[in-house]
Amino acid sequence: MDCAISMRGVVKRFGPLTAVDGLDLDVRFGTCVGLLGPNGAGKSTTMKALTAQVIADEGELEVLGYRLPEDSKQARAEMGVVPQLDNLDVSLTVEQNLLVFAHLYRVGPGERKAAIERALRLANLGDRRNSKVDQLSGGMRRRLLIARALLHEPRLVLLDEPTVGLDPQVRQELWALIDRLRSEGVSILMSTHYIEEAERLCDTVTIMSHGKAVAIGAPQALIREHAGAEAIEVYGPPARLTDVEAAARGRGWRTRRTGTSVSILHSNGATDLDGERRVTNLEDVFVLLTGEEIT
Amino acid sequence: MAATRRLGRLEPAALQGVMVREVVNFSSFWRSSTFSSTVDPTIYLLAFGFGFGSLVSTVAGYDYVDFVGTGIVATTVLFSGAFPAMYSTFVKYEFQHTYDAILAAPVDTEELVTAEALWIAARTGVYGCVPMLVAVVFGLDPSWGMLLVPGIAALAGFGWACFGIFIAAKAKSIESFSYWQSGLLTPMFLVAGTFFPLDKLPTWAQVLGNVNPLFHCVELVRHAVFGFEGWEDIGHLAFLMGFALLSWRLAIRFMERKLIL
Repeated sequence: MDCAISMRGVVKRFGPLTAVDGLDLDVRFGTCVGLLGPNGAGKSTTMKALTAQVIADEGELEVLGYRLPEDSKQARAEMGVVPQLDNLDVSLTVEQNLLVFAHLYRVGPGERKAAIERALRLANLGDRRNSKVDQLSGGMRRRLLIARALLHEPRLVLLDEPTVGLDPQVRQELWALIDRLRSEGVSILMSTHYIEEAERLCDTVTIMSHGKAVAIGAPQALIREHAGAEAIEVYGPPARLTDVEAAARGRGWRTRRTGTSVSILHSNGATDLDGERRVTNLEDVFVLLTGEEIT
Repeated sequence: MAATRRLGRLEPAALQGVMVREVVNFSSFWRSSTFSSTVDPTIYLLAFGFGFGSLVSTVAGYDYVDFVGTGIVATTVLFSGAFPAMYSTFVKYEFQHTYDAILAAPVDTEELVTAEALWIAARTGVYGCVPMLVAVVFGLDPSWGMLLVPGIAALAGFGWACFGIFIAAKAKSIESFSYWQSGLLTPMFLVAGTFFPLDKLPTWAQVLGNVNPLFHCVELVRHAVFGFEGWEDIGHLAFLMGFALLSWRLAIRFMERKLIL
């Protein structure tokens, strides 16, 4: 067993909608894997399947070596989950929230106090321990959610859109926190639709579209493979952009519209095009593969 | 090779974890909860005991204050069992997403429902005694059988709590609680032998009364205070246990349907 998470051919249907459609996913021990996809790609359903809050219709799931759904409870005892929706108890204090989850995660009576102190330090909320949750800022609440999932020192952490709806500065604070976990050897599966987040934090990413994995690999490898080393960004009125697109396609290059411009990808070495050169990124790959712009 | 360690069902550690959450939360709203659970029945007791009691002195062989004072124990159990279960389950599911968090920990739906119902049952065991103690102040004679009342109240309270969780699991919106309240709980509350005996009612009402768990709770409490009636009370007890068991399984079944997709 060298994978913390292993999914094979997982399918989940909700009535006529197939949310997850034959997904394969591996998270090797000690790595951080990003599940990247637009809204509705099936990321949250996949995350829920890993805690057996969604039961797959087909396929095989193993978490920390336990088969799901039958042995899910044991798997849940050994992993931490940071949900997308804030579900802290708002009328309780920071410390009370941690105390409750120390019990739910079965931290022994002799270790509870130390576990709570460690979580408070990690979330940098030591001086807010007696504040009620509804008095905390969005960033603090998110840090508390993460700390709550780490009370029992799990080997695996699931992060479902960990920085959604936060200010850029707060987002970077959380990235530092997640990066620290990664450096301590915790295996991480993180769903996100922020490309930069995946590019910075993840060893490998799985790009999902319509419930399927459309690309799997290290961010830099995916960029080289799908977008080339350099992109040319051409600005101009819509008619000009349409011409540029046609010309690029004629030469076998792929393009993507980014609002007011057209990006020409895989155009390495082309010198006759009049545009700004820039380094390609994971967003280019994402848009090429899913056909969807990031919002 | 898949690991084979597996955690069992209804583990004490999981039940304890969910109950700790309830107890810690209760510490922030026990005042309002205790107020409504104790002041409500006291008002009923005073209104009926003295208002109605001035018209009738004895009912079914009891002083009216004694009759109502024991009967209200059961309605207190209904109100402090079913209603908190309905509302708190719905709010935790729909607005606070609490169950998402709990089920991501090593807790199953069965344990979640059981622990929450047990906690409400413990509360009803205490709250149920309040109107009886108030009635003692107004002339109900203390008896040894009263010591069994918390146990009876907790058993019935467990049944009502599970039934409330079942209603919340079925409800699409909090507005739909009105149907259950007006269509089921209020009639049950009135046709239970709390304020007037059932044996003077038409047969159909008596039949309905006999399938009403509240009626069996009223009878059992009354007999605990004034003297048991042998097999009849074993029947009441069996009915309450059956009701608790059925509601418990229904609550788990429908919560699983709601929480596990």
